[in-house]
Amino acid sequence: MEKTLEKVRIASIHELPERMGKTVRIGDLELAVFKLGNGQVRAIENRCPHKGGVLAEGIVSGEHVFCPMHDWKICTADGKVQAPDTGCVSTYKAVIEDDDIYLFI
Amino acid sequence: MTKEKIVLIGNGMAGVRSIEELLKINSDRFDITIFGEEPYPNYNRIQLSKVLQGDTEIADITLNDWNWYAENNIHIYAGEKVSRIDTEKKMIYTDKERVVVYDKLIIATGSVPFIIPVPGHEKKGVTAFRDIKDCEKMINASKQYKKASVIGGGLLGLEAARGLLNLGMEVNVIHLADFLMERQLDETAGKMLRKELEKQGMNFLMNKQTAEIVGGERVEGIRFNDGEEIETDLVVMAAGIRPNTSLAKESGIAVNRGILVNDYMETNIPDVYAVGECAEHREVVYGLVAPLYEQGKAMAAHICGTVAAGYEGSVLSTQLKVSGVDVFSVGEIVEDEETKTIKMFDDWKGTYKKVLIRDGKMAGAVLFGDTGEGNKLLRLINKKADVEDYMGAAEETDGGGSLVASMDDSELICGCNGVSKGDIVCAIKENGLTTVDEVKGCTGASRSCGGCKPLVVDLLAHTLGDSFDTSTQKEAICGCTALSRDEVVEAIREKGLNHTKEVMNVLGWETDGGCSKCRPALNYYLGMINPTEYEDEKASKFVNERMHGNIQKDGTYSVVPRMYGGVTSADDLRKIADVADKYSVPLIKVTGGQRIDLFGVKKEDLPGMWADLDMPSGYAYGKTLRTVKTCVGESFCRFGTQDSMSMGIEMEKKFERIGTPHKVKMAVSACPRNCAESGIKDIGVVGVDGGWEIYVGGNGGTHLRAADLFCKVKTNEEVMEMTGAFMQYYREDAVYLERTAAWVERVGLDHIKQVLSDKATRDALNARIDEALSATKEPWKEVIESEKIRKELYETELVSTTK
Repeated sequence: MEKTLEKVRIASIHELPERMGKTVRIGDLELAVFKLGNGQVRAIENRCPHKGGVLAEGIVSGEHVFCPMHDWKICTADGKVQAPDTGCVSTYKAVIEDDDIYLFI
Repeated sequence: MTKEKIVLIGNGMAGVRSIEELLKINSDRFDITIFGEEPYPNYNRIQLSKVLQGDTEIADITLNDWNWYAENNIHIYAGEKVSRIDTEKKMIYTDKERVVVYDKLIIATGSVPFIIPVPGHEKKGVTAFRDIKDCEKMINASKQYKKASVIGGGLLGLEAARGLLNLGMEVNVIHLADFLMERQLDETAGKMLRKELEKQGMNFLMNKQTAEIVGGERVEGIRFNDGEEIETDLVVMAAGIRPNTSLAKESGIAVNRGILVNDYMETNIPDVYAVGECAEHREVVYGLVAPLYEQGKAMAAHICGTVAAGYEGSVLSTQLKVSGVDVFSVGEIVEDEETKTIKMFDDWKGTYKKVLIRDGKMAGAVLFGDTGEGNKLLRLINKKADVEDYMGAAEETDGGGSLVASMDDSELICGCNGVSKGDIVCAIKENGLTTVDEVKGCTGASRSCGGCKPLVVDLLAHTLGDSFDTSTQKEAICGCTALSRDEVVEAIREKGLNHTKEVMNVLGWETDGGCSKCRPALNYYLGMINPTEYEDEKASKFVNERMHGNIQKDGTYSVVPRMYGGVTSADDLRKIADVADKYSVPLIKVTGGQRIDLFGVKKEDLPGMWADLDMPSGYAYGKTLRTVKTCVGESFCRFGTQDSMSMGIEMEKKFERIGTPHKVKMAVSACPRNCAESGIKDIGVVGVDGGWEIYVGGNGGTHLRAADLFCKVKTNEEVMEMTGAFMQYYREDAVYLERTAAWVERVGLDHIKQVLSDKATRDALNARIDEALSATKEPWKEVIESEKIRKELYETELVSTTK
């Protein structure tokens, strides 16, 4: 059976600083939401697969974020850890409607 | 056409390496299945001791990750044990009821650690040191217990012992013989090694035979056969390894000490091969890694039907992987009536060398203290070279270059990853490689222990000839650009660039948005060049400097308020105590820089805590002046000749908040007893009768370095002038993330002295640092006063859902 996704509003696009992350807590979920340099918004699990580092505080370069703990490089689009390290974080679909950011959880 | 079915039993270094050799010859011909007992992909077992010693992590020692198996279409069953081989029907059976048919079977079951079968050996807290699981057991034990004992003073035992010391345990090493590593070292080297390791904190019990492990359910002690007993909470058995041959034996394959194989690694049963530590070739079982690669090659060639010379055996060499100890041994080490030796022993420097010669040929060597000649000796002994070759080579001044030039293409450069000189030269030529990192990425050479890095550099120099430039080896500021620090800084100045994005666009960065290395560096350089106009870019700062706190492993922060010169007051202490109570701070710790650190503060609580403290940030997280440590000085101390506290406070108040390439630590001591440790600070001031001595470039961290005496001055004003000039020159000249210790060493103390000897230069530098200082703001206050920053950086969005 397909799981149904809930669409939740997170914040206004203007509240998010560019090229930086924001910690968002939805129930038990903790997400890192990024506004990239090109204005796109991405949401991933706020937990590096390496040692659980908080990704929201990482340096954002293009569509990648560098974990602030041990510098693992993670793609915000597909959640994949970049070589030479390996692993994956969950990603969540984000849309912008009338300047509001919604996530599908 | 159906593919040939290859089954490999044993997912370790030898087995997987032979599969790689097969794939190299023909990647399409085989359908490969691998079984491994451990639930991990192939990892570098030799590096386990480094994991235990805390130098690296398990993820870093993986040789073939899961992707590799997938990319090569290999069926991998990790955590599954092969329980039976039917060599007639050519089938294997596993403990999970799986049956797999093979055309060719490779057994690479490796070794099992030898657990001395004394009473009590099955107690909790007794472990071997062989795999990741053992490693984890020791790490866990170190968290609960204090006393560890290692049985066996060989290579493995000593590496384990060093690891346990690093984990904070007291370590006894119990050894049967009367000197250490008696298989690889002679008595002189063995005893030197013991002395060195005792200095590191190991305790040795020599000539001791274990009779019983005592205790209840868990080990509590060891009793020896002379009746003596010691207490211990952990026993690591490192008394040797035995070839793991039980499966082969039960399946009717001929086994002596190891599984018997010929020069092509074939067993007595058709289509069954054995490689690695479980195999016995010409009466020798190898327990080290290098021979495995040659064996794998010989076997792969045979399976593929290519004509190749078989495996003819290897000369063994050993290097102990314990930091601070250099030991090397190769080939024969025990003298007899027919051998001659060359010996050199320097008790003062703690070095020893013995070269063993048999019939005029190089037969073996032991090195202690200085292992620089190791690679050369290994090569000569492998070739059974005439001793004259060695004596001749010893006279060459530049051993490195000539060494790689004279090596055969087939000779191994990287023993850990089995990369030969030919492989590297070929990769350099075909892919146009110019740096060690590129060679590492392309061939794997120097990726594991790094011991062969000097040889790789020599090979690059040898292969590229004049076009090899040592200065380009580390020049580019990161992988996003080929430009060096100096080129980037010059371009920023010349073109008047004022934004990281602008720098990356104008200078043609190869990546979108840079990386975690170049972005903070560019942000620093831009601010250094243009302090009043450049707007510091929060998005290009490392988390600690962006958030103005030190992030901890659980995502909380630590807070260190400014305490000028380490001097505080009852009021400030009361405020700190109140704040600690209010925010339930789990740990309060006095820092090495004479301040107080409040740990475990939630991101959301930072601004509130800072407001309640109402003290400036101590910048304990920044690339800036951290603290000025002071001794109590003449105000109270009966030896003090100067007012060190006032001097230190004046310096801290003046230079706090200035951005520097890396952190800067200072200290002021009132006399040469140096209670404030001025000798290991970036800038250390020492009071002497009638003036001050200023020391620079000291470091008390990773690379311990005593500071150099920079100058002697009479007044406090002169201290400020010299410090300001030195700081600004460092700011303008050093590479981002280069501490003063490295910078002073790179550019030379004399050069810095010469530049700063000119009064006009000093004045100009001081004017520039004053300008930069004038643009700094108290960061905690800025956050408290700005709702926008608080909202953007410190608040967590809480969103409710219907789920």
